[in-house]
Amino acid sequence: MSVSIPHALSVWRRNASMYRRTWKWNILPNFFEPVLYLLSIGVGVGAYITEMSGTSYSAFLAPALVCVAAMNGASFEVTYNIFVRLTFEKAYDAMLTTSIEPDDILAGEVLWAVTRSCIYGACFFIVLCLFGLTPLPFALLALPLIPFAGLLFAAIGIVFSLRIKGIDLFSFYYTLFLTPLFLFSDVFFPLKERLSGPWLWVAEALPLLHPVRLARAAFRGEPSLLLLWDFGYLLVVSTLLLFWARRAVRQRLTN
Amino acid sequence: MTAETIVEAACVSKRFGSRLAVDRLDLRIPSGVCFGLLGPNGAGKTTTLRMIYGVTRPSSGEILVFGMDIARNPRAVRSRLGVTLQQNVLIEALSPEENLRVFGRYHLLSEPELSRRIGEVIDFLELKSHAKVPVQKLSGGFQRRLAIALSLMNRPELLILDEPTTGLDPAVRLALWSRVRDLRAAGTTTLLTTHYMDEAQRLCDRVAIISGGKVMDEGAPPELIGKHLAPETVEFDCAPEEEPNLLSEPGLSLRRRLRVGKRVMIYLEDATPLIEHVRRHDRGDRRALVVRPTNLEDVFLALTGTSLEGGQ
Repeated sequence: MSVSIPHALSVWRRNASMYRRTWKWNILPNFFEPVLYLLSIGVGVGAYITEMSGTSYSAFLAPALVCVAAMNGASFEVTYNIFVRLTFEKAYDAMLTTSIEPDDILAGEVLWAVTRSCIYGACFFIVLCLFGLTPLPFALLALPLIPFAGLLFAAIGIVFSLRIKGIDLFSFYYTLFLTPLFLFSDVFFPLKERLSGPWLWVAEALPLLHPVRLARAAFRGEPSLLLLWDFGYLLVVSTLLLFWARRAVRQRLTN
Repeated sequence: MTAETIVEAACVSKRFGSRLAVDRLDLRIPSGVCFGLLGPNGAGKTTTLRMIYGVTRPSSGEILVFGMDIARNPRAVRSRLGVTLQQNVLIEALSPEENLRVFGRYHLLSEPELSRRIGEVIDFLELKSHAKVPVQKLSGGFQRRLAIALSLMNRPELLILDEPTTGLDPAVRLALWSRVRDLRAAGTTTLLTTHYMDEAQRLCDRVAIISGGKVMDEGAPPELIGKHLAPETVEFDCAPEEEPNLLSEPGLSLRRRLRVGKRVMIYLEDATPLIEHVRRHDRGDRRALVVRPTNLEDVFLALTGTSLEGGQ
């Protein structure tokens, strides 16, 4: 069975119609969060740092935080929200009484998570513009990266959500996976200046590292061959995880 | 298979690990009837329904719906049927109208048809007064009506209702039954599960009595009653040691009888001779006799030795 785009879009629209009711409240934190980070880390801590990798600390931080926003936007959606729809609201059981198939549900949910990551990422970007941290026109090249970063974290989160039994386990996902990624993926300091030898290779496995490197290169307008590896990582890992998720969705929803 | 058969299941079994939930089930549901699966909780009713609309795969056997193999054509089959799940699956924060809109889109309905259908089912289930109230503020009866309304959005040829009135008050049950009758009159084939024998008896043209994943028997309710028991039931308390003495009257045919603890139920074509016999036997000390029409609960008891509510 393959994905039916109209059916996947009807799943997407379900989530969109829920979001539309609360978007005014939902969207506010999307603006506050970056402002707080920029003020505390960028401006506060940054005052003690003359430069990092050749730029001001705020300029170093800015592109990475766009990716973090995309990661968070997608992650909330595919963890707590999907778990609630799956377990408490039984929304997918209702969908499966219509001509919607499990593949459509997965596609619709991933698309919605990507949409949320775009909302988060775009809000962040606007705040950065107001702070004067988006060198134009190059910074605009970072915008198309947001959905790809969202896709990667949607795929990772969905696989996790489909495998766990209880909602409590999400705290592990956040404290032992997303938070370390946030802290050690080139966001606050360049890994390659702090790690050496084999550890640098190990660090390449970190999913957030790749969108961060791409976004930073976009802001600086510095293309390199390494970026092909970063982009390839995003595509290949997302694809593999979605294939896995496809089987997991089928197993969870049908028997 | 004839053109009028809507669902045909042939020797369908479903195993979950070591538990056999459905055991070599055969079903044939003709077009335009209201068909009931009657059995206690855990008898395999919901599993059977899930196999019919294709979210549970049979371990063996084949199911044809509208003449199509559900395993191969789930989309085509499901676009022509509607399902009301046992548990209402509603979006609590949204109003009935908005719920219907979301659900209609699952069926790929678009404007203006979408709004037309929403109006149609709101009228049919009398939801108009509460059409814009968030679902979480609606009573259980309204929520159930909305759940049924959702499953009518695609104007289904086959409506599947899993325990449609469990937990509802009598007035709401009566109202829902009358809606189901209206649908049937309009030509919709209905398949429902219930553990209420009165529901099955009032609504269903045919019932299949299910126990332990097996169909014990199938037919029209009066037909099943006639075949296994008799139309009238006399029920009274009678200790086992009293039974040979009281019920050994050669003139009466008392073969069809069941005992549950102290209670004896005797099934007869005509209850009058037995009543007179018991009265004569008791002389002045008249025991309480209940005389009533035989129902599907009795048939279930006769076929399985257990009661519906008490179930396995």
